[in-house]
Amino acid sequence: MGTRDCRHICGESSPAVGEAGKTGEWRDSFPVIDPEKCLLVRQNKPSCFLCWLYCPDAVISKTIPIQINMEYCKGCGICAQICPAHAITMVREEGLCLDETG
Amino acid sequence: MARKASIWILDGNRAAAQGVKLSRVQVIAAYPITPQSPVTEKLSEFVEGKELDAQYIAVESEHSALAVCTSASMVGARTFTATSSHGLAYMHEMLHWAAGARLPLVLACVNRAIGAPWNVLNDQQDSISQRDTGWIQIYARNNQEIIDSIIQAYKIAESIYVPVMVCYDGYVLSHTEMPVDVPAQEDVDRFLPPYKPHTILDPANPKNYNLVTLANPRVNAEGVLCHGYMELRYLLQEALQNSRETITTVGREFGELFGRSYANMFWENRLDDADVVIVAMGSLAMEAMVAADILREAGHKVGVLGLRVFRPFPKADVAKALKKSRLVVVFDKNISYGLEGATCSEIKSALYGNSVRAVIRNFIVGLGGRDVKARELVDAVNKSLLSLKEGDLNEEYPEWICAI
Amino acid sequence: MQDYYEIRWHGRGGQGAITAAKILAQAAYLEGYQGVTAAPSFGAERRGAPVSASTRIATQTIMVVSQVETPNVVVVLDHTLLKYDEVTSGLVRGGWLIVNSWRHPKELALGGDFNIATADATRVCSSLGLIVAGLTVVNTAILGAFIRATEAVSMASIEKAIRERFSNSEVDINLAAITQTYEITKLEKIK
Repeated sequence: MGTRDCRHICGESSPAVGEAGKTGEWRDSFPVIDPEKCLLVRQNKPSCFLCWLYCPDAVISKTIPIQINMEYCKGCGICAQICPAHAITMVREEGLCLDETG
Repeated sequence: MARKASIWILDGNRAAAQGVKLSRVQVIAAYPITPQSPVTEKLSEFVEGKELDAQYIAVESEHSALAVCTSASMVGARTFTATSSHGLAYMHEMLHWAAGARLPLVLACVNRAIGAPWNVLNDQQDSISQRDTGWIQIYARNNQEIIDSIIQAYKIAESIYVPVMVCYDGYVLSHTEMPVDVPAQEDVDRFLPPYKPHTILDPANPKNYNLVTLANPRVNAEGVLCHGYMELRYLLQEALQNSRETITTVGREFGELFGRSYANMFWENRLDDADVVIVAMGSLAMEAMVAADILREAGHKVGVLGLRVFRPFPKADVAKALKKSRLVVVFDKNISYGLEGATCSEIKSALYGNSVRAVIRNFIVGLGGRDVKARELVDAVNKSLLSLKEGDLNEEYPEWICAI
Repeated sequence: MQDYYEIRWHGRGGQGAITAAKILAQAAYLEGYQGVTAAPSFGAERRGAPVSASTRIATQTIMVVSQVETPNVVVVLDHTLLKYDEVTSGLVRGGWLIVNSWRHPKELALGGDFNIATADATRVCSSLGLIVAGLTVVNTAILGAFIRATEAVSMASIEKAIRERFSNSEVDINLAAITQTYEITKLEKIK
């Protein structure tokens, strides 16, 4: 099967969930939120949203509380770094880890 | 036939500017350089005087000029730029970009030599050096062909989404006045429909164009297999391969409306009975006809093949036109250093495998504004005929008509 | 009507040789010649430096694009340029040399086998006040001498070309310069 069916004549894509593939599979650790510390939850009004702003894969929702789409979260940890309230911590993925296979 | 037309005495640059105006160009970005400057001056006057409803964007370099045209074309504007020599060289990166993005830009290249050393005069090294950027290249022999080619260029470019470079000789045409039939606006409007972009930028339906594209095809989020880099490059080549049909059809339609047909990829002058053919491109093809007159008077059956479309190169047509010739003398106002003149290489390539037995001779002429006279072309043909008689069939490198 | 004219203009940067070459081409087209071209000498022009230009006029479309080598008319806007050999270079036998000079053609003592016409266009222009940026502009005036000597185009065609090229305020003074120069042109034909 050829690529003509895409009908593009120059490089073209539309912003879409999953346009860069299933990036959730890249993850070796995942973010865990402590709502007690999150400014949004504590103030219960749209305020900080730095995690939403900085997430390179746009998988954090602009809601209170935030939701993270774990299918595409690649586990980079930027949200944990940027959170001024230290409400996010990165936790190692379990499951297919080295000590099980080795 | 056109209802209204009028003959003006115009130099090449003003003919080009009139062609741009008649094509209702919407965005112009250019940086002045000799001998192109009067084109940009005239166009800025048109815009200033509200004779042309366009945005004239003054830029700080040729690279930016073509970047502006590229961006404006992407959002749906018909654009124009013009340059020469170093200016075209400076556009090199954006030339590739415009072709790869399949944007139907039209650019006038007023052919000028490239330094070092500095030279502002005519040869065709500048546009020939850009032949592999994916642009269609059309060369004008006189000022009538400049205005006609620019109008046709938009129709060609916008039909197949390939940019077109209209080239004409600096000074020899750009600064020389001659009679030009300037078409009426209403006729040009009938000939040239408004531009329909293939890249629609719409906030309601956001798109990413000319994104990082990997070596291999990939499936996008909707499950559609999309081109990799190589497939997009293939499509550009395919568009140029197939563009002959569009170029000749547009040229024929132009002829039906305006009485001047451009239905062929090159100009033929007395090829029917010719066994010696002079090949030249641009205004040199005019001088070659004078040379052919002189040679005919001396009893030689000489014709002229005046190359008009250099990219796509009309290989099959050229092979057919040269079928009966025993000697082809190619004059080049450019040199591919270490080999020969570029048009000579193309002619040779066209004849390969077509059982044309002609001997091909190449002369490099007119670099950096060196005047090329008909009598010099005659001498070169006579010299080639003599060596043919002596059985000297192959020259590895071209001969230069200069004082060395 | 001769079939083919190759005219070479010599002047100094700022005197308007190129404009004159263009006006003549336009007038010739209006006269009925099918082929006309007008070109500057190619390259950079500077005020005061010797410059040249050319006009070709033919009953057929002109194919030649190379520079004029063997003119049948040479027009000199500034007689001090006669000291340069290239001014009369290639001028064909029986052709015309037309010079802006107060001298009689015989006094130029050039001794070539071509006809000579002279007219003091500078005086005509200064008396009319045809002066631009401090320079007496003789380029249109000398067209009067050109018509008188060659009869290649009519005064009516020149007038039409002048009216197309110039704004209304400039037309009268230029036409007066041409007519007056026509009147005072002295001709000396070779035998």
